[in-house]
Amino acid sequence: MLRVIGKRLLMLIPTLIGLSILLFLWVRNLPGGPATALLGDKASPEAIANINKAYGFDRPLIEQYFTYVGKLLQGDFGTSIVTGRPVLEEFATRFPATVELAVVALIFAIGIGIPLGYLAASHYGRFWDHSSVVLSLIGITVPVFFLAFILKWVLAIQLGWFPTDGRQDPRIDATHVTDFYVLDGLLTREWDASWDAILHLVLPAIALGTIPLAIIVRITRASVLEVQGADYVRTARAKGLMEKTIRGRFVLRNAMLPVTTTIGLQTGLLISGAVLTETVFAFSGIGRFLRDAIFALDYPVLQGFIVFIAVAYSLINLLVDVSYGFIDPRVRVQ
Amino acid sequence: MFPADSVRKGRSAKKRASTLTAGLALSALVLSGCAQSNREEGDAGASGDVDGTFVFAASSDPKSLDPAFASDGESFRVSRQIFEGLVGVEPGTADPAPLLAKSWEASDDGMTYTFDLEEGVKFHDGTDFNAEAVCANFDRWYNFTGIQQAESQAYYYGMLFKGFSDSPDTATYKSCEASSDSEAVVSLNKPFAGFVAALSLPAFSMQSPAALEEFGANNSSGTAEAPELTEYAKAHPTGTGPYKFDGWDVGNQLTLSLNEDYWGGGEPQVTDIIFRVIDDPQARRQSLESGDIDGYDLVAPADTESLAAAGFNVVPRDPFTILYLGMNQQVPELADPKVRQAISHAIDKEALVSQTLPEGTKVATQFIPDVVNGYNEDVTTYEYDPEKAKSLLAEAGYPDGFSVDFNYPTGVSRPYMPTPEQVFTNLSAQLAEVGITVNPQPDKWSPDYLDRVQAGSDHGLHLLGWTGDYNDTDNFVGVFFGQEKPEFGFNNPDIFAALEEARQVSTLEEQTPLYEQINEDIAEFAPAVPLAHPAPSLAFSERVESYPASPVNDEVFSDIKLKK
Repeated sequence: MLRVIGKRLLMLIPTLIGLSILLFLWVRNLPGGPATALLGDKASPEAIANINKAYGFDRPLIEQYFTYVGKLLQGDFGTSIVTGRPVLEEFATRFPATVELAVVALIFAIGIGIPLGYLAASHYGRFWDHSSVVLSLIGITVPVFFLAFILKWVLAIQLGWFPTDGRQDPRIDATHVTDFYVLDGLLTREWDASWDAILHLVLPAIALGTIPLAIIVRITRASVLEVQGADYVRTARAKGLMEKTIRGRFVLRNAMLPVTTTIGLQTGLLISGAVLTETVFAFSGIGRFLRDAIFALDYPVLQGFIVFIAVAYSLINLLVDVSYGFIDPRVRVQ
Repeated sequence: MFPADSVRKGRSAKKRASTLTAGLALSALVLSGCAQSNREEGDAGASGDVDGTFVFAASSDPKSLDPAFASDGESFRVSRQIFEGLVGVEPGTADPAPLLAKSWEASDDGMTYTFDLEEGVKFHDGTDFNAEAVCANFDRWYNFTGIQQAESQAYYYGMLFKGFSDSPDTATYKSCEASSDSEAVVSLNKPFAGFVAALSLPAFSMQSPAALEEFGANNSSGTAEAPELTEYAKAHPTGTGPYKFDGWDVGNQLTLSLNEDYWGGGEPQVTDIIFRVIDDPQARRQSLESGDIDGYDLVAPADTESLAAAGFNVVPRDPFTILYLGMNQQVPELADPKVRQAISHAIDKEALVSQTLPEGTKVATQFIPDVVNGYNEDVTTYEYDPEKAKSLLAEAGYPDGFSVDFNYPTGVSRPYMPTPEQVFTNLSAQLAEVGITVNPQPDKWSPDYLDRVQAGSDHGLHLLGWTGDYNDTDNFVGVFFGQEKPEFGFNNPDIFAALEEARQVSTLEEQTPLYEQINEDIAEFAPAVPLAHPAPSLAFSERVESYPASPVNDEVFSDIKLKK
């Protein structure tokens, strides 16, 4: 197992090298060149020359590339054009917010998605099945911003159960140790702060988790249906195994393989979904920061973000593959 | 890894709780339905039973806490609480008024200004504010080098003082002398009629020389386009204002607290200010409705009425803006003065204002609001008269009208143009009435729209406008019509020369007739149609009794009145 993991981590290296070359070429090929992207079309030739010199854009491409990679390796992702702070520092401050949100969204999506999908499959063709199909269809088709609007309007503004935005009530003077607000409250025994952070997470997590939830319901349902009809299940039944054993050990376990893959993919997508959710809920995570960077063409941030996403995706995929091994021993042998 | 400037008390964790607990807590919450939020209403303020914590939604983080290196509204909003300049503005107007300088006197030639300073004022770090501190600030600006001079940094100093110590030939500033503790004399190289008014900008706030030194405010690094914030600009702004800096949790919120030793006296009800970053306008409104914030700026025009009806306090600012319809004279039809006059007559500004612009908006007759020096009461106007427009078009050789590109931005809201799409639709219909067909050319605001309209000649009619920085005529008309620009595509040396001349006159009184004449000349030449002076609005929760709205955003929260 460790060898597999090691091999996969090694394979990250060529991926990142390829990516770094693509990124490098992208920046060099921005319309009008990187200097114009920074300064705008109206920039004077002197200003452009200054920038080219300051950033080393006037040097040979190969040299520029190695300088760029060298800096990356030292953890120097550059400085954000918009905020004037190091990109890595910006990520570090915002990352916990997005992780916290993504984790809760996942708990929501998996915690409801798998049982609902299983329920649908085991009541195939009946009420539970039809309603779960309709619900998941709605979940996939309703745009996130619209869902967010409805959630806020009903649960926050009309009923006042949840706050409309942010990560914590600004009036609460909370201590921050890890920047995972819920955790911080528990660590410092400031229960109010933790509770407040949880309340702030509920609506964005539902908004962010709804699409993954809908997809997990569908995949679980389809997968369970398929496995239910498989030969080995029929054999198990014929052998007179208890229904509980058949469901738990044969059906659910085998059905979980494609579901795990889906969860892995959805986890990766949560980060891009966070762009919209964090904006609507004024949640100060990486998603909102990325949106600003896209609008401002803040390319040091965009570059850093793409590297970051690539690593995150690879690690999530690795995690998915490793969990295959636990679910299905055959995968482990391969 | 975590920046030191975040708000944190830094208590170390005694015991590590697992994330599982958090997960369980959440599941419990989901299962048990939704419990009533138990958010606290904040601590009671210093003044009796009023909650002194005031939460204001900002649309973004400040760019920098060092106002000398800032030019954006959100930075200035924060600066105005922490810092004060020599000159402030008369409440509710754009006119200069004494602040840290009790009074000032200009020499007859307009080359030296003597400032008589308030005494006994201290910076937040306990050091004295005096004439030496004043000169230290002027000299600091003057001696900016390298990237500090970039537009992304000392924008206003560069724009208004025309040069730094490495270019003394163009520089307006010459020297500053502390003749006594309470008297500073600033000498200029050439007259600058807007000098005193310009000093009311937060960019020229007085900062503690000791703190600037201690926290490396001048150790700029990075590049002109990606300058790195100095330690001072991130976490140690030190001024003389009624509020002190507490902390900045980037992307989230910035907190200030009352300066108990404030020299100006008074007993402000607001003791703590929290600027929460909420960039989405819809989210700001909802946050106000749910009681999470006490107020926000730039209320969407469509929201003003419904918010007011729901019991919120909607406060319009006196307009210090102009929205105009530009006419690019590189387009053959628009080069004809008769056509430009026809378009001017074709537009019903009253209808436009009432249908698309916020409450408090005034119809424009010229390119400056009426509180700005040189406003001409008798300027040539083009009354709404579609018949006259048609006959002018016929005279110009277009009896059946013509078609022209109409450029407008989408998905953007500016104080002078909250809903460009609506303005476009409205104007298009009006132009169609007289036979002018428009080809809609929508573009994203930045960089597409601004580039298209301001940098190239590939545009026809277009919408644009301006919010004044401070009370100066040149800051409006000079910006628009002071030189040949692709935006309007005309070359009128007479107007250019007149504006150049007016800018260099040393006193406001002498400037007035010149600008009145310029405004008339521009009106006759009609390079654009001045449409309206839209009034931006703020909205507050019920507990806010009054807010010191200012046309130039000079709003200090110590003046806010809250209900008991």
